[in-house]
Amino acid sequence: MTIVTDALNAAHPPEPKPASRRFVRLMRRPELGAITGTIIVFVAFGVTAGNSGLFSMAGIANFLQVSAQLGILAAAVALLMIGGEFDLSLGSMIGFASVTIGLCVTQFGLSIPVSVAIAFVIAIIVGALNGILVVRTRLPSFIVTLAGLFILRGLTLAVTRTITGRTQIPYITDGQEGSFVVWLFGGKFGGPVFAWLASHGVIAARPDGSPMVQGLSMSILWWVLVTAFATWLLVKTRFGNWVFAVGGDDRAARNVGVPVDRVKILLFIGTALSATLFAVIQVLEAGSADTLRGTQKEFQAIIAAVIGGCLLTGGYGSAIGAMFGALIFGTVEMGIFYTGIDTDWFQVFLGSMLLIAVLVNNYVRRKATEAR
Amino acid sequence: MNALFSMPTIRNVLGAAALSLAFAGASILPASAQVKKEGDVRIVFVTHGQANDVYWSVVKNGMQAAAKQLGVKVEYQAPETFDVVRMARMIEAATASQPDGLVVSIPDMDALKAPIQAAKAAGIPVVVIDSGEEAVEPWGLDLFVGGGSEYDNGVKAGEIMAKAGVKKGICINHEVGNVSLDKRCEGYNDGLKKSGGSSDVVAATMDPTDVTRRVEGYLTAHPDVTGVLTLGPTVAAPLLKMFTDAGTIGNYKIGTFDLSPEILDAVAKGTMMFGIDNQQYMMGYYPVVFLTNKAMYKTFPTSAVRTGPSFIMKDDAAAVRDLSKAGIR
Repeated sequence: MTIVTDALNAAHPPEPKPASRRFVRLMRRPELGAITGTIIVFVAFGVTAGNSGLFSMAGIANFLQVSAQLGILAAAVALLMIGGEFDLSLGSMIGFASVTIGLCVTQFGLSIPVSVAIAFVIAIIVGALNGILVVRTRLPSFIVTLAGLFILRGLTLAVTRTITGRTQIPYITDGQEGSFVVWLFGGKFGGPVFAWLASHGVIAARPDGSPMVQGLSMSILWWVLVTAFATWLLVKTRFGNWVFAVGGDDRAARNVGVPVDRVKILLFIGTALSATLFAVIQVLEAGSADTLRGTQKEFQAIIAAVIGGCLLTGGYGSAIGAMFGALIFGTVEMGIFYTGIDTDWFQVFLGSMLLIAVLVNNYVRRKATEAR
Repeated sequence: MNALFSMPTIRNVLGAAALSLAFAGASILPASAQVKKEGDVRIVFVTHGQANDVYWSVVKNGMQAAAKQLGVKVEYQAPETFDVVRMARMIEAATASQPDGLVVSIPDMDALKAPIQAAKAAGIPVVVIDSGEEAVEPWGLDLFVGGGSEYDNGVKAGEIMAKAGVKKGICINHEVGNVSLDKRCEGYNDGLKKSGGSSDVVAATMDPTDVTRRVEGYLTAHPDVTGVLTLGPTVAAPLLKMFTDAGTIGNYKIGTFDLSPEILDAVAKGTMMFGIDNQQYMMGYYPVVFLTNKAMYKTFPTSAVRTGPSFIMKDDAAAVRDLSKAGIR
């Protein structure tokens, strides 16, 4: 193939066309399909639900929050998938971290910052355990973390019921609503801006004159931050190169001296940490925890990463793409609501929309790689 | 009036124009010119009930029946699995879509407080159904439509059994630690106590083998027990079978919370004494009626609407069973 191209290039001496070369390079980016999908989804909802409030400030704040929380997971999952592994224990880790915080605060009388720190330490242990099991046993991570899915979810239920006798832990943030940590993870930002916009009639206001949207969820900032960090890791650091190498062909990577085991263990710690960040945000936002938190999030995060251009076989993908994948998922999930479709049909539509997004993504990527 | 005029949407401007016309020429235009049309009324339900849950599908049927009769638009939203965080997002989305009324259940007061209060602050009337009555007053919500308290339902169950001659009863708790179930058993004990009786709690699980063996063991050790109260059809059904197989069914007065076709069959046959029904069909039906009236005429009930408890006894059971199969009871 290269020889043929070289021969062609020899026949037609290459003219310097920087604009078109830049275009081809752009077409080869893994996130292109997801961006195309995002545009299609927005146009589709613009047509079917344009005037229903989906694109009002309240509607936008709503679907961004859903996308953001999934996006935090998707960024870490994208890294892990590029590294060639899965983490199915992610959703259960969310539940486990949620009740860890809840129990520490309400049963053991610890402060919220200490409880959050404990949850993160537990996440590092669980992530490392997952990673060590996978690299030591050489079993597929799909199986190892599937076991983790059941064990963690079961522990969540058993521990909570043993200690509290219930499956739900209320009053976690009671009396602490104004504290810095609660604001940092579960608060809102941009309040004054919205108040100003509302007072000038730019966005909708409540009857009392305060804005309908009191601010954006902090999870949106975390989403951007986590995605930026993951992208920096992948693109700018040696660790990022290792991740691509490990996912592409781990024996070859080992032969050229990449510390494959260490990379994989770190990636598993990364997904467990993202699950815990998700849990912290949800618990401090909602003020309560229950044993079912995070159910099915492992699959949603994988879907978001795949829409975002990650290959299931590893070695290819991007964190920015995962961000758009999460945006598509969140927009579809909440957007269906505004079209007035009965919820009995919800999962049918969600599944179809996601299938279409993946197909478009796949088509665009194939066209882009053919254009080489 | 000024606030009304400053609102930008065309409908409001037209409405205001119609209103001022009505004032200007009251003798020419009938007062109904300013009333909202049925077809423009939109009411959104957001509950914690999963779509395939029998109990909630009855609520949904009630909602649809009312919408059809009145000619208003309704939407029913619920997470596919029990997920209060997703429910919170759904309530926010509902608020953003500016409905004429919002109907919610409140299984977790902490997680749903902010979105429900935001809906209320946005000027949307909020009706609470099924659970969350205690939130209505402190949060300034509009109405509660639902069954009696768990405790009161238990007391009534105790009173009915006491009247039928039960002195000593047992309450089978299949979810030890669930506060609402504890309250049912507590009420049952207090209901029996009014006539000098008493009851014990038998701790069990949902597992049919576990339930039947524990109850069998308990009854052998305590032959004076004649009343049995279960807290759900899932537990009542295997117990009925155990008593029938052992030929001891005639020795006990048996009652249960909640209905199922199996339970209704047993009540109709007389092997079971009663099933307690919260008539959740009305939790779907009435909020639509009330909120439509509020949107159109600004009329609204002033106190909570009790849909339960209704005790289904032998005489009604057969008729109720047909309705149960039709998704109404």
